[in-house]
Amino acid sequence: MATTAVETAGTIRVPDQVCTFWVDGLFLGIAVEQVQEVLRGQPMTPVPRAPDAVRGLINLRGQIVAAVDLRRRLGLSLDGRDEPLNVIVNSRGEVVSLLVDDIGDVLDTQGVNVVPVPTNLPAPVQEVVTGALPLPGSILLLVDADHAIDASAAPALAVLPQPDHSNGGTP
Amino acid sequence: MDDDAEIVAEFLVESHENLDQLDRDLVALEQDPTSRDLLSSVFRAIHTIKGTSGFLAFGRLEQLTHVGENLLARLRDGQLQLDSELAGTLLRLVDTVRDLLASIERTGTDTDPAVSAEAVAAELERALSGPPADAVPAEIEAAEAAPVADEPVAAEPEPEPAPETPDEAGAPSIVDATVRVDVELLDSLVQMVGELVLTRNQILQRCDDSADVELVRASQRLDLVASELQEGVMRTRMQPIGQVWSKMPRVVRDLAHQLGREVDLRMEGHDTELDRSLLEALKGPLTHLVRNALDHGIEPPEERAAAGKPPAGSLCLRAYHESGQVVVEIADDGRGMDPVRIGEIALARGVVTPETLRRMEPRELLDLVFRPGFSTAATITNVSGRGVGMDVVRTNIDRIGGSVDLVSSPGAGTTVRVRIPLTLAIIPALVVGERGERYAIPQANLVELVRLDGDDLAQDLEIVAGAPVLRLRGRLLPLVHLGEALGRPRTEDGAITVVVVQADESRFGLCVSEVHDTQEIVVKPIGRQLRGLPMYAGATIMGDGRVALILDVAGLAPPPSAVVAEEAAGTAQAATDTVSLLVLESMPGHRAALPLGSVSRLEEFPASAIERTGRTEVVQYRDGILPLLRLGTLVGLDESVVPREPDARVSVVVHDGPYGLVGIVIEKVLDVVEQQCVPTDVGRRAGVLGSAVVQGRVTELIDLDAVVGNLAVLAGVA
Repeated sequence: MATTAVETAGTIRVPDQVCTFWVDGLFLGIAVEQVQEVLRGQPMTPVPRAPDAVRGLINLRGQIVAAVDLRRRLGLSLDGRDEPLNVIVNSRGEVVSLLVDDIGDVLDTQGVNVVPVPTNLPAPVQEVVTGALPLPGSILLLVDADHAIDASAAPALAVLPQPDHSNGGTP
Repeated sequence: MDDDAEIVAEFLVESHENLDQLDRDLVALEQDPTSRDLLSSVFRAIHTIKGTSGFLAFGRLEQLTHVGENLLARLRDGQLQLDSELAGTLLRLVDTVRDLLASIERTGTDTDPAVSAEAVAAELERALSGPPADAVPAEIEAAEAAPVADEPVAAEPEPEPAPETPDEAGAPSIVDATVRVDVELLDSLVQMVGELVLTRNQILQRCDDSADVELVRASQRLDLVASELQEGVMRTRMQPIGQVWSKMPRVVRDLAHQLGREVDLRMEGHDTELDRSLLEALKGPLTHLVRNALDHGIEPPEERAAAGKPPAGSLCLRAYHESGQVVVEIADDGRGMDPVRIGEIALARGVVTPETLRRMEPRELLDLVFRPGFSTAATITNVSGRGVGMDVVRTNIDRIGGSVDLVSSPGAGTTVRVRIPLTLAIIPALVVGERGERYAIPQANLVELVRLDGDDLAQDLEIVAGAPVLRLRGRLLPLVHLGEALGRPRTEDGAITVVVVQADESRFGLCVSEVHDTQEIVVKPIGRQLRGLPMYAGATIMGDGRVALILDVAGLAPPPSAVVAEEAAGTAQAATDTVSLLVLESMPGHRAALPLGSVSRLEEFPASAIERTGRTEVVQYRDGILPLLRLGTLVGLDESVVPREPDARVSVVVHDGPYGLVGIVIEKVLDVVEQQCVPTDVGRRAGVLGSAVVQGRVTELIDLDAVVGNLAVLAGVA
C-alpha cells in the first residue's frame, strides 16, 4: 500500500539493534547504544514552570537527570497509565530519562527495511520519529533521542518572561 | 624572602621537568641529528632555565646555560652538526645543570664548588669555537677553569662537604614532593566527595534512631572521615592567590609609568588559598581595582608633595582568611573619596534623586560608585573611567557569591575590601518548603527571616494596587510569593514567613510556607531542558536522596514595576528615563503621582485621630507627633467640599525629608507604576511640577519639595 511513498529511506540511519518500548500503545525504539539503562519508578522532584514534557528531576546515583514524559512529548493521552519506567538515554553528552509505559525486547534490526514515517501521523510524533520499521504484526517507530529531549524545551518556555540578565562583560 | 623561596621552589620543579624532557630529546637527537623540532625543544628548555636563573641571580647557572644556549643555537641553525661527542657534551651540560639545581635546593645558592660548572662551560666553548681534532679530557680543563669562576667560591665554606650522590640522598627532593594532576580529575574527585557527603548524611539520619551501637559508632566514624576527606579534597583545588599577585608588580609598574605616578607596591598573604575557579573569576575585578587605585586614588608626585605626603604613593594588597571567607584588600594612601562630591556626581548623572541623596549617610554615598553609569574620573583615560567600572566589579564579585565594599577618608586614601567564599562547589543554603517540595536558597543571598502572624500580619502587610508589600523598619519591601512565582496557586493562612533576600541591587521578600534548616549543599547543574528557567540556579540532592531545586534569587526578583525600593526612583525632571511612581488621588477624581523613592511608608488613620496644634494638623505616630499636610489644599484644590465622618479612614503618605517625618494626607493610593514619564508644563503651579500621562491618564506630578516646604511656612506662622 505504501508503494507510492518516495524512497527517502536511504537517508535514514538504521541502528543494528534497537531497544523497544511502548508509549500509549505506540511501539517505539531507540538505538541500543544510546540507552544507558532502564529503571523502575524513581522518586521525582517536579520542576515548576518547566516545559510541559519535563516531568521532573531524578537522582541517578548522584547525577541529576531530567525526566521527559514521552506521552506528553508525543502529545498522547495521559489516561490509564501505571507508574512509568525510566529509559535513561545518553544524548550529546547529556543523560536524560525518557518516561515510557512499558519496556520491550532488544530487537536485531540489521537488514530490516526502514520506510519513511507515514505523513498522517500527528506533528509531535513526526518531530521525534525518524523512520518506521514495518515488522510482521507491528510497526516499530524509530525515536531520535536528541529530538525527543531537545524540542521539549521549546514550546512551553516561550511563554515565560525572560528577565534580562545581561550585565555586560568585564571592562 | 618567603616569596623568593616560593619562586625558587617553582623554578626548581619546572627546571627538573625541563631537564627530564631534555634528556629524552638529546637521546632522540642522536638518532635523528637533523630534527629541527627536537633541536628547538632542547634550545627552548635551556633558554628557559637561563632566563629564570638570571632573574633569580644564580650567576653560575646562568653562565653555564648561556654557553649551552649558544651552542644549541648553532646546532639549530645548522652551523654545527650533532655527533655523538657533541651529544655527550650536551648531556654533561644537562647533568651539571641538574647538579647546580640540587645545590640550589640544598643551600639556596649555586656556588657549590663540588659542581664543576666552569669546566663544562669551557668544554662547551671549545665545541663552539670549532670541532677540535681530539677531545681534551674535561678534568684538565677544570683545573684551569676553576680560578676563572667569578663567584667567590673560596669565601663560601660549605657546611656539608658536598654530598656524594645528592640524587640518592635520603630526603625527598622537592620534585618528588609534588605531583601534577589533571584538573578534570580533581573536579571529578570533588564531585564524588560531594556524593559521599550526601550518602553520609543519609546514613547518619537513619542511624540516629538505631539501637545498634556498633552501627552508630561506625556511622560516627564515617561522619568524621567523610568530613576530613571533603576538606582534603577541597584543598587540592585550592591555589594560592600569589598566582594572581605575581602579575601585579608588572601591571602596577606599567600603569605608574603611563600615568606618571610613583607607587610602592606591597603585597601580603601570597599563600592565602582559594578555589581555582574563584581565583580565575577574581583576576579581572582585582586588576580593575588596582587600576582604579592608581588612576583615581594615588596622586601625581607633585600633588602628593604639596599635600605633605611622600612622593611615592603606597598600594597595599592584602589577602587573608576570615570566618570561612577570603578577604582581599586593596588599600592606597591616595586622595580618597569625598562623599559629598560623590553625591553631587551621582545627582548630576541621574543615579539618584535629590530626595534619596538627602537621606543618605556618608557610607551609602560611597556605595554610589558601585551604581551602573557612575564614574568619578574627571577625564576619560584609557586606564579607567569609561563609565563601566565599579559596577562591573561588583557584578562580577556578586556572581561568585562575594561582596565588595569600600572605606575611604578624603585625603588619606581608600580601601576596597572584596569578600569571596572559599569554594563554589559546596555552599551553605537555607532549605525552605513550598507545597511539599523543598527549595534551597543560597546563604549568600539571605538577609533575614521575618515571621508575621496575627496583628503584625494585618498591620505590616499591605496590598498596594494588587502588589503585596511589607512594611519593614520604615521601608517598603516588595513581596514575592514563592508558590506563585513557581506557578502554583497561593495558599492563604494565618501566618507568613518572609525570607528577605538580596540579589544584585534589588532586595525583596520571598514568602514561603515552611522554613526547614540551613545545610551545606552540593551544587549540581540541571539539564539543557531546564536551563532556560531563570528562577533556578541548579539542583542538589538532599539527605533523603531526593532532588531539590536551588533558587536563583535574581531570577525570582519581582518585575521592575513592583520593585519598590531603596532604588532611586528618578524625578520628573529625569526626562525619558523610566521612573517608579506612586499614583494616588489627591482629591476624589484628581490623579497625582509622587516619586516612589520619596515614600517611606503608607499609613491610615481614623479621621478622629487628627488633632490640631496651632494651624497644623497632627496625629500621634510612633511615640511622636506627625505633622500632616493636606495634599489637595496645597496643590490648590478645594478641600472643604468633603465633609468627613469621624470614623472614616484617612490615607497618609509618610515622607522622611529635610524637615523630618511628615504625613501627606491623600484621598487614596491607586497604584505603583514604573514607566517612562514625559512631563509637560500643563497645570504647573505651586506644588505641582506639571502633568504627564501615567497609565493612559493625565496625572499631576507633585513637587514634593515645595509641598513639604509648606510645613516650614506653617511652623513659622505658628
